[in-house]
Amino acid sequence: MEFINTNLPYILAGISVGGQYALISIGYTMVYGILRLINFAHGDIFMVAGFAMVYLSATSPLYISIPFTIIITVLLGFVVERVAYKPLRSAPRMSIMISAIGVSYFLQNCAWYVTSGLAKQYPKIPWIGDSISIGSATTKIVTVITPILTFILVIALVLLIKYTKIGMAMRAMAKDFETSQLMGVKINSVISFTFIIGSFLAAIGSLLYFTNYTTVTPIAGAMPGLKAFVAAVFGGIGSIPGAVIGAFIIGICENIIKGLGWTTFSDAFTFALLIIILVAKPTGLFGEKSTDKV
Amino acid sequence: MKRAITIILAVCMVIMMLSGCGGGASGNVIKIGVYEPSSGDNGAGGKQEVLGIEYANTVLNTVEIDGKKYDLKLEIVDNESSNDKGPSAAAKLVSAKCSVVIGSYGSSVSIAASDVFKNAGIPVIGASCTNPQVTAGNTHYFRICYLDPFQGTVLANFAVDEFNAKKAYILTKLGDDYSAGLGNYFKEAFQKLGGTVVEETFQEGNSDFTAYLTTAVNEKVDVIFAPTSTEAASLIIGQAISQGVNIPFLAGDTWDSSVILDAAKGSDKKIFVSTFFDEGDDSALGSKFVRDFKKWLNDNPEKLKNNGGNDIVAAVSALGYDAYMVAVEAIKAAGSPDPKKINEALWDVKYTGVTGDIAFDEIGDAIRNVAYIKSVNTSDGSWNFVAIQSVK
Repeated sequence: MEFINTNLPYILAGISVGGQYALISIGYTMVYGILRLINFAHGDIFMVAGFAMVYLSATSPLYISIPFTIIITVLLGFVVERVAYKPLRSAPRMSIMISAIGVSYFLQNCAWYVTSGLAKQYPKIPWIGDSISIGSATTKIVTVITPILTFILVIALVLLIKYTKIGMAMRAMAKDFETSQLMGVKINSVISFTFIIGSFLAAIGSLLYFTNYTTVTPIAGAMPGLKAFVAAVFGGIGSIPGAVIGAFIIGICENIIKGLGWTTFSDAFTFALLIIILVAKPTGLFGEKSTDKV
Repeated sequence: MKRAITIILAVCMVIMMLSGCGGGASGNVIKIGVYEPSSGDNGAGGKQEVLGIEYANTVLNTVEIDGKKYDLKLEIVDNESSNDKGPSAAAKLVSAKCSVVIGSYGSSVSIAASDVFKNAGIPVIGASCTNPQVTAGNTHYFRICYLDPFQGTVLANFAVDEFNAKKAYILTKLGDDYSAGLGNYFKEAFQKLGGTVVEETFQEGNSDFTAYLTTAVNEKVDVIFAPTSTEAASLIIGQAISQGVNIPFLAGDTWDSSVILDAAKGSDKKIFVSTFFDEGDDSALGSKFVRDFKKWLNDNPEKLKNNGGNDIVAAVSALGYDAYMVAVEAIKAAGSPDPKKINEALWDVKYTGVTGDIAFDEIGDAIRNVAYIKSVNTSDGSWNFVAIQSVK
């Protein structure tokens, strides 16, 4: 009991962080599944969602600022795809990746300019920002909400991919891009839709993440973005359940490592885990075996 | 057609380069370099320091040497709080032919660029870099604030005097000379006073401090000492609030920022910082500076934004102001815009600034013996003056 009491806060923090990484990593994994593109700007879209909320809530009440934050984030994801990725669709994959890195730095520097580099306080969202006690640990309600909400959103997403027409198109494109195009799938609208879903989940993730860690900075998206990317690779990039499970494993392990007193190594551990997984199972936990197309 | 455009562009570029060179050593201008971060981890604090310098430049922008009037012009570069980008920013100041340089907020970047200035023979005045290594072993780096061994000792004394602390938790950032150094000096002083410490470090980009705070609570410490950048600080405070951690926080000069006030406002956290200057200073010089500086901020919306959108006077602004004035004193004493002569003159400069009397010892450090301790007034988000702490 004593053991649980002292370690409960670490595990709670791990589950909560894991859920937030999960929401971001879905964006990475879906885009990769369809375009074979690692969208490095995704972490920064997450950061922009944080700032959008900060600035919107300064002028309007929450029932307006939250929906608008989500709309702005979704629009941003859509625009980034149209401006920076779509023109490069037939270019080599490396060029589009460089374009993604460019977008990432562009967004970060815009944020530096707008905020003049000062950290901003995230607005307090009532109820989910309140503190509660679980056993011996005091935490925010958002910690408990995060895994539940993540679970619901993932189920909804899986259903959407499985049973709707656009979901079917997405699966077809993930299997074979050119053929599905020949079969009459409107690739541009499907890709836009993928980015919209990814950005929507990133916006929800940012609401939860910044309610917990209330400081938004222009580089706030970099580390969560990187970890979420690791989670996506860990779970097998392209697989949604894989990304979610990978994210939870990374979030929990990271916090347990910190709880053991090896704080210095918590990030090193995350990335060491990535290397080990890639060596042992190059396609990740749930990754499909790549079939060579002849 | 294409070739013509290319040639025109090339000619334009050459002209621009030539005109750039020409601007450097024009007759009646003395350039004072400002080597400060305006982006990166320390961007917020760096900007506030620059504000102090810019304000000083508006107060005094000419100097008379041998009956000849010189304009004082600021040459401001951004070192991006980064050890690898600092030296190239410093090189920019060298090629702009600055006579003397002020900077930087953050000890690491100051150390990183030290050799660039040394090789160019340009003296540097550090305003708020508190790590001893900045001035140790060289003759061109000076500083006007107190040092970390002193600051660490002051805070350790304060922890024992005020809270009767027996056990302290020290949280520092890996690879940050300021953070690690100050943490270490606090540890030494605290142990000498009979206390025990628990130490942990966090990495660049870390935003989850719940695990660290949980450890501090589990170890049943009396105070948490966290000499970190303001960005990490506001995360630490935010998470301490949501976890209901009720251990008092102590920190060094970096936490003297409006960012901390915003983070702690409305909570019941006890936060104490040591600093160089207090806004409530009622000496004639100090209160005049505070009044005029606030007016200047409020008259310039752009400057007010750089100060974090309010007119709270940060200690680093006061230090920036003093550093500029010391630089001007040195130019006057040298009687020349020549960097070498200014360097020699600096050793003997004595100046009474808004942060107190400034004179340099044989290492190039200002002789200081008191620090101000302030605490956060969480109900209205302002600073409360606590004590002037000295070391026995």
